[in-house]
Amino acid sequence: MIIQAIVFLPLIGALIAGFLGRTIGHRPSEFLTSGLLIIAAVLSWVVFIPVAFGDGLAGAVGDGHAAVLKVEVMRWIQVGDMDLRWTLRVDTLTAIMLVVVNTVSALVHVYSIGYMSDDPHRSRFFAYLSLFTFAMLMLVTADNFLQMFFGWEGVGLASYLLIGFWYTKPSATAAAMKAFIVNRVGDFGFALGIFGAFLVLGHIDFDGAFHAADEFSTTGLPVIRFLSWNLDAMTVICLLLFMGAMGKSAQFLLHTWLPDAMEGPTPVSALIHAATMVTAGVFMVARLSPLFELSPFALNVVIVIGAITAFFAATVGLVQNDIKRVIAYSTCSQLGYMFVALGAGAYSAGVFHLFTHAFFKALLFLGAGAVIHAMHHEQDMRNMGGLRKKIPITYAMMMIGTLALTGVGIPGTNFGFAGFFSKDSIIESAYAVGGNIGSFAFWLLVIAALFTSFYSWRLVHLTFHGSPRDAQHGHGHHVDAHDGDSHDEPLADDHAHDVHGHHGSAYDNAHEAPNVMLVPLYVLAAGAVLAGVVFYGMFFHEVEHIEHFFAGSIFVDHEIIEAAHHVPLWVKWSATVSMIIGFVAAWYMYIKRPDIPGKLAAANPGLYQFLLNKWYFDELYNTIFVRPALWIGRAIWHGFDDWLVDGKIAEGLGRRVQNVTSWVVKLQSGYLYHYAFAMLIGIAALLTWAIAAGGLI
Amino acid sequence: MTFENSILTIVTFLPLLGAALVLVTPKTAVSAIRWTALVTTLVTFALSLWIWAAFDPSNPGFQFVVNYPWLGDSIGYRVGVDGISVLFVVLSALLMPFCILASWEAIDKRVKEYMLVFLILEVLMIGVFTTLDLAMFYVFFEGTLLPMFLIIGIWGGKRRIQASYKFFFYTFIGSVLMLLAIMAMYWNAGTTDISRLLTHKFPESMQIWLWLAFFASLAVKMPMWPFHRWLPEAHVEAPTAGSVILAAILLKLGGYGFLRFSLPMFPDASAQLSNFVFVLSVAAIIITSLVALVQTDIKKLIAYSSVAHMGFVTMGIFAGNALGIQGAMFQMISHGLVSGALFLAVGVIYDRMHTRDITAYGGLVERMPRYAFAFMVFTMANVGLPGTSGFVGEFLTMLGVFQVNTWVAFGAAFGVIFSAGYALWLYRRIIFGALTKESLKGILDLNLREKIILYPLIVMIIVFGFYPSPILDTTAASVNNLVSHYATSIGLDPAVSLADARAPLEYAAPTGEAAPAADHAAEPAAH
Repeated sequence: MIIQAIVFLPLIGALIAGFLGRTIGHRPSEFLTSGLLIIAAVLSWVVFIPVAFGDGLAGAVGDGHAAVLKVEVMRWIQVGDMDLRWTLRVDTLTAIMLVVVNTVSALVHVYSIGYMSDDPHRSRFFAYLSLFTFAMLMLVTADNFLQMFFGWEGVGLASYLLIGFWYTKPSATAAAMKAFIVNRVGDFGFALGIFGAFLVLGHIDFDGAFHAADEFSTTGLPVIRFLSWNLDAMTVICLLLFMGAMGKSAQFLLHTWLPDAMEGPTPVSALIHAATMVTAGVFMVARLSPLFELSPFALNVVIVIGAITAFFAATVGLVQNDIKRVIAYSTCSQLGYMFVALGAGAYSAGVFHLFTHAFFKALLFLGAGAVIHAMHHEQDMRNMGGLRKKIPITYAMMMIGTLALTGVGIPGTNFGFAGFFSKDSIIESAYAVGGNIGSFAFWLLVIAALFTSFYSWRLVHLTFHGSPRDAQHGHGHHVDAHDGDSHDEPLADDHAHDVHGHHGSAYDNAHEAPNVMLVPLYVLAAGAVLAGVVFYGMFFHEVEHIEHFFAGSIFVDHEIIEAAHHVPLWVKWSATVSMIIGFVAAWYMYIKRPDIPGKLAAANPGLYQFLLNKWYFDELYNTIFVRPALWIGRAIWHGFDDWLVDGKIAEGLGRRVQNVTSWVVKLQSGYLYHYAFAMLIGIAALLTWAIAAGGLI
Repeated sequence: MTFENSILTIVTFLPLLGAALVLVTPKTAVSAIRWTALVTTLVTFALSLWIWAAFDPSNPGFQFVVNYPWLGDSIGYRVGVDGISVLFVVLSALLMPFCILASWEAIDKRVKEYMLVFLILEVLMIGVFTTLDLAMFYVFFEGTLLPMFLIIGIWGGKRRIQASYKFFFYTFIGSVLMLLAIMAMYWNAGTTDISRLLTHKFPESMQIWLWLAFFASLAVKMPMWPFHRWLPEAHVEAPTAGSVILAAILLKLGGYGFLRFSLPMFPDASAQLSNFVFVLSVAAIIITSLVALVQTDIKKLIAYSSVAHMGFVTMGIFAGNALGIQGAMFQMISHGLVSGALFLAVGVIYDRMHTRDITAYGGLVERMPRYAFAFMVFTMANVGLPGTSGFVGEFLTMLGVFQVNTWVAFGAAFGVIFSAGYALWLYRRIIFGALTKESLKGILDLNLREKIILYPLIVMIIVFGFYPSPILDTTAASVNNLVSHYATSIGLDPAVSLADARAPLEYAAPTGEAAPAADHAAEPAAH
């Protein structure tokens, strides 16, 4: 029952708030959904704590592969031998995700009570949040590919609805659509991957598929004829599935939707686009680790894509001016880290980073939300500055988040923030992979760590330190770090200033958020400090411990983890050193010599524009995909359908028929009669011919 | 007269009784005419549900059979339903009351004739699915043309004359060829009894010609690309209820024909020409989706998306395995609900604004939140989101065809992307945005009648998405029967086509570590 409660309480909340929200009012909807989520979160911890600290999952049965608790809900699709059921599957991996999803979701619900307090559609907002949570829970408790796909698309729908929540903003609805469609590109691969897995493994449920995959150790790996080539089946399947993960987790090439998704309300960004939904791809690869292990090539692709994403997103994050976009690119980059860990075979490290990242990234987003709230919906950091004195609690929380994100800690000891443990685990694993791919990933990750530190501190300096720079403080008497480019990026929010009718500058009116928003920050801050040190042992420290903890729910590669523990000392320090370099650079450029960034940008306009415009991916995709698609659509519509088929062939034939009939008949002018007559004549003629021909045979 | 042997006849011809009642009602008693039509269709629907309830899903053969020879043994009054046709009977009967309700106020001229034509159309539609005689099938199949022709031609929009011509012209040309084929079949087999024709083995050389002749008719009806051009026009000009019937039922005649005739009666030809069908199906999915992307007329967009969705049906049918055909069946039923619902939803705003131009709308959610919700559900079902009925069919057909031909599945999967493109783009332009247009400021949300129409459809679409078993279980036995018959006829092992378990695999050397042509593998995943 506890599992059903965890999964279905959010759904109940969503349905009530969604359908009865207007009847029962906003306040009850908020309390109801938040209350149910808090219950679900507490229950998730009840499930998780025995797994982490006790003797494993209560009620689980091991079946050789994993200690699993399964709850069947009902039948779904049965065709031939395929027997699909709605089944909730809980093992260690799921238990971790339950905790992450429900905890962050409950906190975001509570936070939203404050953040959305003046929105006229609050109950709808809470219904969507709870609906999202339900879909995400279905995803993480999936027992078969299709149920995972259901959750996968369900979170996509909720994300679409929430990004476009402020539907009157054209940019928001455009971003919502973009998110859905880019995700669908990933789903294209995911769906084909499922078809392939079913064809090759003969099962659509995970246990069946994993058992079938086990048999390959005796039979050898299967070959599939995919398109026109005979290929290694597992490589094809894993790459297709990974394409889905790339879409959902905003990996390089399919990342373009994530920054735009920041058009949604900030709590949404914290929940969906930082802590939970975007990690679904990571979860998927971890869940399917027994399959990915069979394809070294696919794993290499995962590493390379992850490393490129980590690096690419960090470079773009360096120059963004919108506070949320910086964090969005940071998320994208951190997801890249997770994929590198997965590709390296250190699945537990990837999941570890997923776990810690959820806390500190949600903290950063909600902190940014508090800043935006304080500044009356100002998101452009060029108009902030000096907020430390105005909102000290938010400042402290953001500092904790930044320390965790940049991975502050002392290598070789147990002192450090959450990100320190998980990120260093990944960097060490990448080094341990060795070879060209390992070194490639390692160096990109180290450089990305430097950039991470730089943009994080840049964010803190621009927002909290220095002097206020918002619009009414005048333009002349302070140094704008980005004077040179302020025309490039219009202010993100059109109703940025004085939307509430305040007088004076946003800075003067900045105020600390109410407690309902601050308490979730405290909880997340505790997680950002402690999640690493407490769980390091289970996720990465000792192989036996990891195996015991995960109990077969993911593949544990002894070699890679051992190797990661025995990397040279300089490797262990590399991340810390680059973190320090990034910190110093940010301090120098934004505190000590604030004129430097502008000069740098002016000196390298090409590079600066390249980064500011996100490597021109939107423009590129627009040119090579969107516009040609529309062009082809129009060309076929007007050229083929209307001109050729309709204009020439159909009308031509029609005219011929009309000519003939009117010539033959010269009867009334009513159009119906023409055709009826043509029909009769035609049938008679054909009958005659058929009979004369002696039966056509 | 027992229930067994009379129920199908009653359901088929009951609407005729209603039509007779309408006929004797004075023209001016508009309300009485409407109510008569509504009650008739509701009773028919109730009876069709009764059929479904009494239907034995484990029996793959025809049930409720009546067989009265007429004209010797050749042509006769034969009716019966199996798992493939029974649901179409229910679907037709289900949508008729919605159509009558949707026309309640929208149709204000010649109401009597309108209801008359609709009730006759219902007779023909149900008849086409219940008849077991090939000649009767042809009569019903062709018969549906005339009422539809009238509905578009009399109650349609501005360019209705041209549209109705075109509709008639296309479908008629195809059916003439089918008539030829039907005669040829009669001469070869000596009967028009469908249940006997199903076991008759037509010579292989003849099958191709018969198959092509049927294809000409069915492909137009479906419509398959590139024979679809009549559909957008007919939809655009037809009144709402006409569009609903057209999209939800008449298009299914094509798929039904393929399942009833082409596949079981001409299996060799079907196997030989399946690649041809695959190409056209994928072309339909990709090309018409792209065309849908750039439409400016709401109904045209939905019409083009229908063509794309029918591509999944033909693809699934000719995959020839249980997954594909079950998927195609489900997709047809689901599309009947979803496209019907979409056209009904478009009708709601058309009745208010009298325009189908997408740019005339925008920001409707502000004033019509209930409508926005309904339209969202239908849009997502059109996109094929899991949890709606639209997903199950698409997924099963692709899963089925993947086992036969990966290229086809690969191409069809693009539909997953494009459908999201056009459907969300439509939704965004109509529902989202700020409500700035002066004309829309006074628009009202769903009234009671519209709620009665749309809400049940929402429920069905979602229920069948989560729990498709009622439909899949009904069709299973007959489809399995069809699949094993088809597989045996073309010399495959029926067990393989039926059990969709693992395909026979080749294995690389057991040494493992196979590093195959990996760069090729990377290609599809690279974008």
